[in-house]
Amino acid sequence: MLEVRELNSQYGGAKILHGVTMTLGANEVVALLGRNGAGKSTTMKSIMGMVRQKSGSVLYEGAEMLGRPSHVICRAGVGYVPEERRIFKELTVEENLSVGKREKRADAPEWTLDHLYTLFPNLKERRRNLGKHLSGGEQQMLTIARTLMGNPKVVLLDEPSEGIAPVIVEQMAHVIAELKREGLSVLISEQNLHFARLVSDRAYIIEKGQMRYEGTFAELDAQPEVSAKYLAV
Amino acid sequence: MGFYLAQLLTGLANASSLFLIACGLSIIFGVTRIVNFAHGSFYMLGAYLSYTLVTHLSALGALGFWGGVLVSALLVGVIGLLVEVLILRRIYRAPELFQLVATFGILLIIEDAALAIWGAQDLLGPRAPGLSKAVRILGEPIPQYDLALIVIGPVVLGLIWLIFHRTRWGVLVRAATQDREMVGALGVNQALLFSSAFFLGSVMAGLGGALQIPREAVNLNMDLSVIGDAFVVVVIGGMGSVTGAFIAAVLISVLNAFAVLVFPQISLVLPFIVMALVLVVRPYGLLGKPGSEKGAPADPEAPLRPLNPAGRLAMGAVVVILALVPLVSADFTMILLVDVLIAVLFAASLHFIMGTGGMISFGHAAYFGVGAYAAALVVKWLGLSMVPAMIVAPVASGLAALVFGWFCVRLSGVYLGMLTLAAAQIVWGVTFQWQDVTGGDDGIIGVWPAKWASSETAYFYLALVLCAGGVWLLRRAAHAPFGYMLRGIRDSEIRAEAIGVDTRFHQWMAFTFAGTLAGLAGVVSAFAKGSVFPDVLNISSSIDALIMVLLGGIHTLLGPLLGASVFVLIESWVTRLEYWRFIFGLIILGVVLIAPDGLAGALSRLLAFLKARIRPGTDTKKEALHGQRS
Amino acid sequence: MGNVLEVRSLSKSFGGIRAVRDVSFDLKRGEFLALIGPNGAGKTTCFNMLNGYLRPDTGSVKLLGRELVGIPPRKVWRMGVGRTFQITETFRSMTVLENVQMALISHNRRIFDLFSKATALYRDEALKLLELIGMAAQADRPCAELAYGDLKQLELAIALAHDPDLLLMDEPTAGMAPNERIALMQLTADIVARGHVSVIFTEHDMDVVFAHSHRILVLNRGELIAEGTGDEIRANALVQEVYLGGGSLFHEKETAHA
Ligand SMILES: Nc1ncnc2c1ncn2[C@@H]1O[C@H](COP(=O)(O)OP(=O)(O)OP(=O)(O)O)[C@@H](O)[C@H]1O
Ligand SMILES: Nc1ncnc2c1ncn2[C@@H]1O[C@H](COP(=O)(O)OP(=O)(O)OP(=O)(O)O)[C@@H](O)[C@H]1O
Ligand SMILES: [Mg+2]
Ligand SMILES: [Mg+2]
Repeated sequence: MLEVRELNSQYGGAKILHGVTMTLGANEVVALLGRNGAGKSTTMKSIMGMVRQKSGSVLYEGAEMLGRPSHVICRAGVGYVPEERRIFKELTVEENLSVGKREKRADAPEWTLDHLYTLFPNLKERRRNLGKHLSGGEQQMLTIARTLMGNPKVVLLDEPSEGIAPVIVEQMAHVIAELKREGLSVLISEQNLHFARLVSDRAYIIEKGQMRYEGTFAELDAQPEVSAKYLAV
Repeated sequence: MGFYLAQLLTGLANASSLFLIACGLSIIFGVTRIVNFAHGSFYMLGAYLSYTLVTHLSALGALGFWGGVLVSALLVGVIGLLVEVLILRRIYRAPELFQLVATFGILLIIEDAALAIWGAQDLLGPRAPGLSKAVRILGEPIPQYDLALIVIGPVVLGLIWLIFHRTRWGVLVRAATQDREMVGALGVNQALLFSSAFFLGSVMAGLGGALQIPREAVNLNMDLSVIGDAFVVVVIGGMGSVTGAFIAAVLISVLNAFAVLVFPQISLVLPFIVMALVLVVRPYGLLGKPGSEKGAPADPEAPLRPLNPAGRLAMGAVVVILALVPLVSADFTMILLVDVLIAVLFAASLHFIMGTGGMISFGHAAYFGVGAYAAALVVKWLGLSMVPAMIVAPVASGLAALVFGWFCVRLSGVYLGMLTLAAAQIVWGVTFQWQDVTGGDDGIIGVWPAKWASSETAYFYLALVLCAGGVWLLRRAAHAPFGYMLRGIRDSEIRAEAIGVDTRFHQWMAFTFAGTLAGLAGVVSAFAKGSVFPDVLNISSSIDALIMVLLGGIHTLLGPLLGASVFVLIESWVTRLEYWRFIFGLIILGVVLIAPDGLAGALSRLLAFLKARIRPGTDTKKEALHGQRS
Repeated sequence: MGNVLEVRSLSKSFGGIRAVRDVSFDLKRGEFLALIGPNGAGKTTCFNMLNGYLRPDTGSVKLLGRELVGIPPRKVWRMGVGRTFQITETFRSMTVLENVQMALISHNRRIFDLFSKATALYRDEALKLLELIGMAAQADRPCAELAYGDLKQLELAIALAHDPDLLLMDEPTAGMAPNERIALMQLTADIVARGHVSVIFTEHDMDVVFAHSHRILVLNRGELIAEGTGDEIRANALVQEVYLGGGSLFHEKETAHA
């Protein structure tokens, strides 16, 4: 589905990623773990074409995406949920959702407003409110819902559980399970191991811009020294 | 009664054409966050094009007229589109307001292009077939064409409103104004979005100009005469609010139609007075929203570093070389260099509030001018000599900045900029009209330096000491807690407040400090020229300073120094040529495209490149991006 | 036993939304109080009313007996209330160290100094604060480059700069690695343990909440629905329903800290 090879990225003079390689299979949920500043967000942004200086290769369904503008990557079927909750503050919740709307894709499930409102009831209550008047957690829900409006095949979720109440995080786990059931592939960057374990099939660990580990959670649990070293748990 | 109704209708007709151009400006700013100085030029082009087209199509009657008008509007739209695609699109990532420099270059180019194509004489366009007569209302003749205009304005408003609120394009445009990158990540081609908005905005400007030909002779001053009012309207209405722009256009035009009956000269400053009043009561204009004033988000500035030894050496060397100039060169070089020094101090003082403080000023010339006039006035009316005048002047401009600054720091972004402009226009208006004291248009002459400083050489040294001293003081302040906290407030007002800072007061003091030093530059200039005229206070003098700062690079303390020197030197050379505006405009565009990070940025990239050539192994890119020396 | 803070009948509405309704509580010196609740419950709104960013519709907030309502945030800060923001607010064009120095400069009332070199002032004190939160190694990095979690830590250093009586922390550990969270809160707990500072914090990470807080307040739809120790809150059926959920996300760690 998505294949990242030897990805190098930098901001200005600072090299952040050093040859990151990873794959995301069809209908698979993969966790990207790593501590602060390890390069999780940078990996996602590079896949999305939002980092200017980069080299390597990002193949999506076999097509090279590196160097293409982000709207092309999105239209190809990759949805991205940023960690900083970049909602449109002066637009209402419903307008925010409508910005994300794209045509139905034959090979991916279609998301409707009603469906999303059942997943995120808070948003329904606030649908005429301006984005800036939402609480932190509500904003986070809105970002996810907005991306789903684009009917993506692959979703990149950057720290979706951050700042979300435990009940909602559980609900989010159900959402991700549902995404998987609907046939989507999900790459999720997380620091919350409980949550990552709950939702994903496999994990990568990134540290200082390099991939240090790849495997299932069972394998990871068998090697506590790995998590201790790279994840600071 | 009939007379007043006629006056009202004329006001409403004016409002319609003012609205068309202002609404285009508002759309362009709303979407691209570009303060488009060339918008008045698009309006003028619309008028010229429609003059030519309509005259050629006159055989077709009404169809020829309205067809000609529409085609010219579309042609202007295409020109706008070209400007966006070829130039502006390349510099969207540059620091806030930098694109303004490019549009200023375009303004210059269009002005000379129009001169070359249509000549300098006023052109009287044909009347609209079928609407060329006047109808009598309550006994007063009202041109039918005016009535048509009164209808066109609200119709256009309705259409635009529908586009923005009922179409997907409108929602996307509004989203893109807040976070372009994110809109892109959601699958929207932002380049297309921006181009279409720029096209629409330019069409509106072109339409405004094209519709004007039956009412007003087409001439080369149309661009500048309309742009000021258009900005005022956009600001009063609230940046980005089309409905607001309409209300503001009506307000200004109708007020103006009546005010001229009482006080004919007032139309020069009336819009600015209204704007100042509105902004004091409503800091985001009538219908604007908080946040509507901000420019596009830019990459954050690098931390300020003290000058490294090499840099300090270079600065010292420049001063020493300047000090040696009189030994080897002629008087006119020194006169030119005095101009450079004055501009450097003026630009550096503007940079202190704009770069360090993040407070845009479109009216910094006010404080320069108050300094110059204060000196001239005390010399003329109190008979003081140069030295006391040089002390009085900065104090006077400091006081002026204290008064105006109190209002200005309550606003932010472009609103703040426009209020500073209003302040400057009001000062200019008073100076211009108050003949008895200021001499009005004739200015004040006979402002000569003291005897000991009267030779070119002596005055050059005096200017060098004062200007270099002023710049040193500004740099010192920028590196001191005062300047650091000012930058902090710019970065995050919330954080500054959260560590106990009275942000408004701090900004107010900075505004006053910068105004004082601008006044110092003003007084040095007054004695250098021996006279002052109202044009030291006018918009174009404020704009020059703005261009110097932006061209030099707003993110470094070195920027304004470079920008001012280069600007004055090039201008003094180029103004001797025919079509100098065209050439100057091209030079500006060239610099903008080559150095989107300003001259200072380009210089540090060049130095880093040379260093890498001489001493291979140092990381060029890293130096260029992180070594932003101040 | 002096109360540092006394909050009485605090309410705030935004248009039709009643974000906070009739909230009252006390805070003792040296107490570590957690304020939890679902998203949109009104926690941040409460914080904003405690330190002057929002004016409550009704109610009063007394810090050591002095009324805080109506006082602007900068003065509240000078009275000894520090805060960290849920969505970080730092000076992006300055280095990490300079950010802390600015707080110290302001605390020492030297912001109008026109001649000293700002970067040379209170350097050691600022470095000490950075060491305390474990960020000394990043002292000279530009703030704009920091990862999100590091910004959160920096906020704490800034908030500690003026040696506050009361510290308000809005989701201090969000975006941080698990053991860095624990470390940061441990550090805060140590500071609290010295007995001088009182802390109110909000957090959605229950490991953090249950590990350190002395007392927990639960807010739902603007109203206080429960108050008690960790165990009491965990056992509260209403809190479980509206906030904690099935507990799959934290109970594994429960034993480790209980
Ligand atoms: N715009 C930027 N300019 C310069 N450096 C940056 C920029 N964004 C991130 N960095 C740096 O890149 C590194 C990796 O950051 P990234 O955001 O990818 O980390 P992360 O793994 O997502 O961390 P977190 O869990 O805190 O979000 C960090 O050291 C950060 O300081
Ligand atoms: N300025 C405002 N205008 C309108 N509504 C607002 C405003 N600020 C907050 N709200 C609403 O008030 C409620 C409380 O918001 P608040 O930010 O206090 O929640 P919170 O408890 O901090 O949530 P979170 O845990 O998600 O950060 C939310 O429903 C929010 O939408
Ligand atoms: Mg991240
Ligand atoms: Mg909150």
